[in-house]
Amino acid sequence: MRRSRAFDATVRQIARRYSAAGVVAAGLASALPVPAALAQGAVSDGIVKIGILNDQSGVYADFGGKGSVEAAKMAVEDFGGKVLGAPIEVVNADHQNKPDVASNIARQWYDVDKVDTIMELTTSSVALAVQQLSREKKKINMVTGAATSELTGKQCSPYGFHWAYDTYSLAVGTGGALVEAGGKTWYFLTADYAFGHSLEEQTAKFVKSKGGQVLGQVRHPLSTSDFSSFLLQAQASKANIVGLANAGLDTSNAIKQAAEFGIVEGGQRLAALLFTLAEVHGLGLKSANGLVLTEGYYWDLDDKSRPFAERYMKRTGRMPNMVQAGTYSTVAQYLKAVQAAGTDDTDAVAKKLHELPVDDFFGRGGKVLANGRMVHDMYLFEVKKPSESKAPWDYYKHLATIPGDQAFMTVAQSGCQLAN
Amino acid sequence: MATQTAATAVAPAPEAKGTSTRTIALAIVGLLILLAAPFVIYPVFVMKVLCFALFAAAFNLLLGYVGLLSFGHAAFFGGAAYICAYSIKAWNFPPEIAILAGTLFAAALGAVIGYLAIRRQGIYFAMITLALSQMFFFVCLQAPFTGGEDGIQGVPRGKLLGFIDLGDSLAMYYFVAAVFLFGFLAIWRIVNSPFGNILKAIRENEQRAISLGYRVDHYKLGAFVISAALTGLAGAVKAIVFQLASLTDVGWQMSGEVILMTLLGGIGTLVGPVAGAALVVSLENYLATSSFPVPVVIGTIFVACVLMFRRGIVGEINAFLDRKK
Repeated sequence: MRRSRAFDATVRQIARRYSAAGVVAAGLASALPVPAALAQGAVSDGIVKIGILNDQSGVYADFGGKGSVEAAKMAVEDFGGKVLGAPIEVVNADHQNKPDVASNIARQWYDVDKVDTIMELTTSSVALAVQQLSREKKKINMVTGAATSELTGKQCSPYGFHWAYDTYSLAVGTGGALVEAGGKTWYFLTADYAFGHSLEEQTAKFVKSKGGQVLGQVRHPLSTSDFSSFLLQAQASKANIVGLANAGLDTSNAIKQAAEFGIVEGGQRLAALLFTLAEVHGLGLKSANGLVLTEGYYWDLDDKSRPFAERYMKRTGRMPNMVQAGTYSTVAQYLKAVQAAGTDDTDAVAKKLHELPVDDFFGRGGKVLANGRMVHDMYLFEVKKPSESKAPWDYYKHLATIPGDQAFMTVAQSGCQLAN
Repeated sequence: MATQTAATAVAPAPEAKGTSTRTIALAIVGLLILLAAPFVIYPVFVMKVLCFALFAAAFNLLLGYVGLLSFGHAAFFGGAAYICAYSIKAWNFPPEIAILAGTLFAAALGAVIGYLAIRRQGIYFAMITLALSQMFFFVCLQAPFTGGEDGIQGVPRGKLLGFIDLGDSLAMYYFVAAVFLFGFLAIWRIVNSPFGNILKAIRENEQRAISLGYRVDHYKLGAFVISAALTGLAGAVKAIVFQLASLTDVGWQMSGEVILMTLLGGIGTLVGPVAGAALVVSLENYLATSSFPVPVVIGTIFVACVLMFRRGIVGEINAFLDRKK
C-alpha cells in the first residue's frame, strides 16, 4: 500500500504541482483585476486539451467520425487558438464502438495526457461509460453523438452535458409534430431490443397525445437483412405513417426495401426516428425520398446555418449533420465558459456552462438545464424527391420547428437526482 | 508417423522438456516484466492486456491442446462480466465474491454449451458453439438486467477482502496480475499433467484414445468447462477494471478476436496467446489515436501472418530456436 501511494504521487506529481499553481493563480486573478492574457497560470498545465472520442472506422464513421474532429478544430480556430493566453489543442481517438477501448483511452487521456474534457462520444454505451468515468475523475464531458436520454436522466452527472439530441426529442419531433402535419394513423417497425422498444413507446405516447392512433407494430430482430414480411404487414395496415423505431443499418435496409415495395408511392409515409443527413446521403434520394425525420440542425435551414456548413464543406467535402455541427457548438461553448470562468478548473467551468446562454448557429436561444441537457429547437424534415433537389446536398424540406421547451424533458421528468 | 511430426511441429519445445534453464530464465524475465510494467506503461492498459491474455490462454487450452475450435467463447467472457458487474452494482457483492460468481456462471454455461457441442467435431463443433453463444447474445440484448445496448456502467471497484482499495490503480494492477498468474499457472499445470497428456492424445488421434479405454467425451467436457471458467475469470476481472459490462463482450466479434489473438501468437504454445493478446490490444489502443483505420491494419497483419508465419509469433520463434540447436 505504501509503495502504491508513492507511485501515485510520482504519477500525479507534476499535475498536482501545476494544479496547485493554478489555484494560487486563480485566487490572484479573482483578487486583482488581472487582464485575461496575463492569467495564463489559471489554465492547468498551461494548455487546454479537448479530446474528441468517437467511432471513426465503424458503422458510425459518417454519423460523427473524422467530421466531428474537423468541426472541433474549426471551433478552436474560430476562437483564436488560445483561451486565457493558453494554447488549445484538439486530440482525437477512434473507440471502434468498444466501451472498454473508449474507457481505456479516456482514462489515459485524463491521467497521463492531461486532457481537460472529452466530447462527441457516439454510441450510448461509450457515452455512459465515459460520463461515469469523468464524474469520478471530476472532468467535464459533453455528448453530441449518443442518443440515450439516460445521460441526463438517472445517470446524469454534475460535469456531464448532452448537446445535440436525445431519444426523447426524436420521439417528440417525429411522433408529435408529424401527427399535427396530418399523419394520424401509425404502424411501427421496431427493432426487438430495449432501444427500439423505448423509441416506439415514447413515440406512440406523443402520437396518441396529439390525437393520433397506433394501428399496430411488428418487431424485427437486430441486424435484419430481409424486411419484406415486416414491410408487407406495414403496408397491409394502411396506416398513414410507418414509423421505423430502429437505428443504423436496420433503418437503411428498411428504407431501401420499402422503396422496392413502393410504400411511399402507395401513399404511406416513412418516419425514421434516428436518421441524419449523413445516412440520407449514403442511401441517396432515390431510396430515401419522402422519409420524415427529426434533426437538430440542417445546413440549408437559413442564413445563420449556412456559413459554417460552407466552410465545413470546403474542408471535408461533405455537409455537416447535427452531430458534427453540435460538436462545433460544444467546443465553442466550452471555450466560452473557460474564458468566463477565468480558469479551466472543472467546477468553475461546469458552473459557467450551466449559467451561460447558448447562442450560435446551432443552439439558438439555447439554455442548459440543471441535469446538463442543452435545450434548443429541433426540426422536422422531409427528404426531397430527386427532381426537387437542385444542388448537391439539397436534401431536406423543412416541415416544422419544435420549440426547445417542448422538444426536451424538464429536469423533473428526466429523473435526474442532481437538481434536488 | 505423420501425426507425430505434426505433434512436434505444434507442441512447443520448452515445456515439452519440462523445466529447462531456458524456461526458468523466461519465467523470471516474464515475472519481472509483470512486476515492473505499471511503472513504465499506463497500468489500465496493462490490465486490459492481462485480461485478454488470460482469455486467449484459456481459449488456447481448448484449441491448442484438445484441438477443439470454439466459436462461442465470448458468451463465457461477456456472461461472466455481466454477472460480476450486476452482482456488485445491484447486490453490493464484494469484488472477490462477484468475480467468483461470474466465474461459476461461466463454468455452468460452459457445462451446458460444452455438453451439447462436444458430440460433434470440426466445423460442426464450431457452428454449434457459435449458434449457442449467439442465442446467449440475444438473451443479453433483451434481458432487462444487462441494460441492453447501454450496458452496465459505473460499477464500483470496491475493497478486495474488505481492506484492499481497488480504486487505487496500483492495487488493482497487482490484483489483476495475481489473477492472471493464477490462471496462467493453472493452464500450465493442466497442460503438463496426466490429464493434459490425455487431452493431447485426443487431439492427435481420438479413435486411438478411445481404444485405449479413455472416456473421451468426459475429458473433452472437462477441458471445455475449465476453459470456460478461466475465460469467465478473465471477463469478470475485466468488468471490474473498466467498471462496465457491455454487449461488445458477448458478440461473435469477440469470439473472433480471441481466435485472432491465439493464431497471431501461436496455437498450442503457452506464451503465444499472451503475445497475441498483447499485440492485438496494443494495436487497438495505439492505432485509435492515429489516422489508420484499426480493423484494416489488424486484418492486414492477420493475412500476412497466415501467409508467412503460420505457427504464429511465438511458434515461429520456438521453431527457429529448435532449428539452431
